[in-house]
Amino acid sequence: MNTIQVAEFGLLLPEIFVLVMTCVVLVVDLYLTERNRDVTYVLSLLTLAGAALLTLGNYPSGTTVAMYGTFVHDPMGGLLKLFIYVVTAGVFIYSRSYLRDRGLYKGEYYVLGLFAMLGMMVLVSAHSFLTIYLGLELLSLSLYAMVAFDRDSPTASEAAMKYFVLGALASGMLLYGISMLYGATGSLDIGEVGAAVAGSEDRSIILIFALCFVVAGLAFKLGAVPFHMWIPDVYHGAPTSVTLFIGSAPKIAAFAMLMRLLAESMGGLQPDWQGMLAILAVLSLAVGNIIAIAQTNLKRMLAYSTISHMGFLLLGVLAGTPEGYSAAMFYAVTYALMAIGAFGMIILLSRSGFEAERLDDFRGLNNRSPWFAFIMLILMFSMAGVPPTVGFYAKLSVLEAVVAIDMVWIALVAVFFSIIGAFYYIRVVKLMYFDESESDEPINVGMDMRLAISANGVVVLALGLFPGALLSLCAAAFP
Amino acid sequence: MIALSDYLILGAILFSISIAGIFLNRKNVIILLMSIELMLLAVNMNFIAFSYFLDDTAGQVFVFFILTVAAAEAAIGLAILVVLFRNRQTINVNDLDTMKG
Amino acid sequence: MEKIYLAIPLAPLFGALVAGLFGRQIGRAGAHWVTILGVGISFVLSLVVFKHMVIDGAEPFNGSVYTWLVSDGVRFEIGFLVDRLTTLMLLVVSFVSLMVHIYTIGYMHEDPGYQRFFSYIALFTFSMLMLVMSNNFLQLFFGWEAVGLVSYLLIGFWYKRPSAIYANLKAFLVNRVGDFGFLLGIAAIYMAFNSMDYMTVFAAAPSHAGETIEVIPGVEWQLMSVICILLFIGAMGKSAQVPLHVWLPDSMEGPTPISALIHAATMVTAGIFMVARMSPLFELSVTALSVVLVIGAITALFMGFLGVVQNDIKRVVAYSTLSQLGYMTVALGASAYAAGIFHLMTHAFFKALLFLAAGSVIIAMHHDQDIRNMGGLKKYMPITYWTSLIGSLALIGFPGFAGFFSKDAIIEATHASQIPGSTFAYIAVLSSVFVTALYSFRMFFLVFHGKERMDEHTREHLHETPPVVTVPLIMLAIPSVLAGYVIGPVLFGDYFGGAIHVDHARDVLAHLGEHFTGAGGFILHGITGLPFILAMAGLATAWYIYIKNPDIATTVRRRFKGIYQVLVNKYYADDFNEAVFAGGARGVGQLLWKIGDVLIIDGLIVNGSARVVGWVASVVRHVQSGYLYHYAFSMIIGLLLLLSWFMVYQNGS
Repeated sequence: MNTIQVAEFGLLLPEIFVLVMTCVVLVVDLYLTERNRDVTYVLSLLTLAGAALLTLGNYPSGTTVAMYGTFVHDPMGGLLKLFIYVVTAGVFIYSRSYLRDRGLYKGEYYVLGLFAMLGMMVLVSAHSFLTIYLGLELLSLSLYAMVAFDRDSPTASEAAMKYFVLGALASGMLLYGISMLYGATGSLDIGEVGAAVAGSEDRSIILIFALCFVVAGLAFKLGAVPFHMWIPDVYHGAPTSVTLFIGSAPKIAAFAMLMRLLAESMGGLQPDWQGMLAILAVLSLAVGNIIAIAQTNLKRMLAYSTISHMGFLLLGVLAGTPEGYSAAMFYAVTYALMAIGAFGMIILLSRSGFEAERLDDFRGLNNRSPWFAFIMLILMFSMAGVPPTVGFYAKLSVLEAVVAIDMVWIALVAVFFSIIGAFYYIRVVKLMYFDESESDEPINVGMDMRLAISANGVVVLALGLFPGALLSLCAAAFP
Repeated sequence: MIALSDYLILGAILFSISIAGIFLNRKNVIILLMSIELMLLAVNMNFIAFSYFLDDTAGQVFVFFILTVAAAEAAIGLAILVVLFRNRQTINVNDLDTMKG
Repeated sequence: MEKIYLAIPLAPLFGALVAGLFGRQIGRAGAHWVTILGVGISFVLSLVVFKHMVIDGAEPFNGSVYTWLVSDGVRFEIGFLVDRLTTLMLLVVSFVSLMVHIYTIGYMHEDPGYQRFFSYIALFTFSMLMLVMSNNFLQLFFGWEAVGLVSYLLIGFWYKRPSAIYANLKAFLVNRVGDFGFLLGIAAIYMAFNSMDYMTVFAAAPSHAGETIEVIPGVEWQLMSVICILLFIGAMGKSAQVPLHVWLPDSMEGPTPISALIHAATMVTAGIFMVARMSPLFELSVTALSVVLVIGAITALFMGFLGVVQNDIKRVVAYSTLSQLGYMTVALGASAYAAGIFHLMTHAFFKALLFLAAGSVIIAMHHDQDIRNMGGLKKYMPITYWTSLIGSLALIGFPGFAGFFSKDAIIEATHASQIPGSTFAYIAVLSSVFVTALYSFRMFFLVFHGKERMDEHTREHLHETPPVVTVPLIMLAIPSVLAGYVIGPVLFGDYFGGAIHVDHARDVLAHLGEHFTGAGGFILHGITGLPFILAMAGLATAWYIYIKNPDIATTVRRRFKGIYQVLVNKYYADDFNEAVFAGGARGVGQLLWKIGDVLIIDGLIVNGSARVVGWVASVVRHVQSGYLYHYAFSMIIGLLLLLSWFMVYQNGS
């Protein structure tokens, strides 16, 4: 494999397309004024649609490694990318009115968003530590910039600083782990590393160190306790349109990174990282669910809820079986859908000069708009794991996976904490349905947002009623 | 002849210094940025040492990428620092505590 | 027939969706027509099923409608099991629900949430029908949760009342405890049998009878006992058995039609139905049956006592419901499942009647519910008076009325039962007869007879309620009298066939059936029996205390102050619960309770619970300090945690 075949470029077509289009958007946007910014918006959405078509057009049926072993084209990557496009599109649509009301309707938001998405795509299809690192940094650097995007907000700049420093620390740890891994196996290629790790008889101390550092870096990206501290502050401080983005699509990418690094390159150490992930998962479930109860700010509450959800996701991965991986994948994509819905509702209720991020702002929503209250009800129930929403099935399949490997205790812990967790989700429902609203102002947003968030809620419900198709897609990714 | 372990120990020491710099420093954000640079250099040290002793160039290639990304990272970090200072008139780490709980 | 089975639950669902989503467009009349039509269709189709199943004697139907997913060879599906037990439940649920729908038109007449209310009760009917028609545990659990959810919505329907919100929360929390047990029970079944289907599980159950499991290492428990007791904990929550009964009286904050529909006739009987449905499992564990028996007996007797001291008309009926649910549970524990279901059916009719009658009185009294302010209503409200009389007589088990047959059968069955605890249960249910008569007629006399104690203004406006209210009363009064006469085929004939399984050694009903000579004979035997004498004694006592010599009530109250206090405070059950929750100072249970308490009760920082919230918040604030270096430190701690865990682990292995 000394030369790159032209055909290999075909596998990268979505990435190349997104890169080219992002540059086009960047240039075109220079010539636009605030009034016709919609051109940028539409171009960005077209980019996503084009990428989706390209991915669908060459949907992977098997695993192909390309570009000197740095890129992999497999079903897991294909499916995750499709969901990343969908979620990013949702983010763009939800953000538009929010940005416009606050004088933030600038091309940078879309360009940075598209670059971050490109980073995720690279991350999802990475087959070498180098590509993982580059994808991760492209994603992270774009996100740091997006958090600080509202230049005049003191909280946003503080959040950006915290995110930046901690993120850099985490990627330092990850890199340190990767350098050890490189030293222990002599390769950067995930396939070769995986074979070398599986082949080594005894676990050398260097591999152990590598594993710990890599897990630490991954845990930061996911936001697992005790690497979670950035999440509440960043979610809280960033403009809601950015929180919406950080809280959704990157979770899918983080899952992919977890799979590439742990399952594929260090599958041989599965018994070792299983215990580590178990610690992280239990801590995340406990801390996330308990602290969330004490929150009065909805963005912070959702931040802690993210932490607990990541605990669930880890449960699926730590099972170390194909069933567990596909359950975790199902969890990741459905969680991203729920998260954009929930943050989207905050945007929906916000107006210019007013952020509907306090829990109290949801009081009596049912009187103002029964339909949106109903959608929020579905989203909250889904996060709480109430049947028949998709959240229930996501939790169930993850729990099944851990029960199948005889870790019943951890399943019980998870159920216990999710019952506690149900409380704060239901509290939102209670506020919407049983409390008096403070304002009777009707909800005034554009048609695209209305349709998108309605579709979002309906999808969460529909996937819960008919999970079969998505489930078999997830299962197909891990033969 | 300097052994591989010596390089690794140097790398570990640099890494530890940088981590200590991040959580012991309570004054200046710029020191945080410097610590982050140092951390990346510690990793580079590891990569180059391994690369040399394994006789494999991939590690050195990786180092070039890390250096490039580090430059981009520093640019963004400093930009955020400027925004922060503009909004808060301070770059004292102790003052970055408006969001908590 | 399959289409009919499918249509039975879907018709109310359609009504609920239309009324809920398009309530504004179709208006108030549209909302009640569409839901009543939906439930009416269900009722008519239930009659068709009854004819098909019982009169034509068709084989039970068991089939799946929609397969949700297949995992590890276990099918998660929506399916129907329609046998005679289901048929009976279908009739009861759809009939009572239909009556309640009609009645609601009058009761909620002026309420702004009219459409929403109809949507909820139709949704409830759908959930309940799905629950009783289920052929697998998964769907049972879904229905179970769905009825709970709707009841939660309905208890808090008048969300402007703080007490309604509190009751709401209480119902939610108490039911979580029950549901946790229930879920664990289903999980245990899933683990033991690797199937969710009733028939598969029932067929495999006898072969697992002797198995034991170790939940706590070193302690071996009978698998079947564990499963059954866990399932029964679920039933205790839903059917309000001691000590999980505390939510039901408070749930009377909801509108009266809800009290009638959910908290008397249908939802609370879900637990009873579930245990009867699971009879093949319960029969394998005498331990579980004993637990059921004793819990039921305690509930039957002690909740009755509480009814005697209540002054809110709906609360009296609520406690009587608790007590009657205790009777049903006793029947289940004594393996007289058919008697339990039979009482469930008769109770559904007369208790819905009593609730709706109470509602009728409340309407006339302008939503004053205190029976001390009533009296002499007989002459103003003749229809309500006579129907209430019928309901009360049925409740106390006056010979010839529906309640008599079912209750006497339970008492006799308990007498005949041999399992541990049956003697206690027999004494308890027998004493409870007296108490039942006492509180029923205390309420009856205070409301309809004696001095008129209401104020002038109310008295001037007293009149009989409109036909939408009284017609359901009359419709319910008919089965309250007649429903008992089917005792022969239901209890001693082979009505239930294979739907209920009873171990031959414990088949008390068969034992009773040997002496059964028809409904007339049963009445004759009843009149000479001890229960009848006790009931009459209770009635007479009530008459003497509250009509003949009203002063005596106050004297008694003064003389037995201690007992009265205990009763008024409901045996301090609420206090006890708070104490238990507050007991584990750092327990998460307390956290939940206290935070829920504080956040839901709008005052936020009211009672002492604020301290706990403050404590939690302060801990939280310490952890998430806002300082970057603390965050970085936490990450490093995490890294060290991973490393050190690894070292320990490796040394260990």
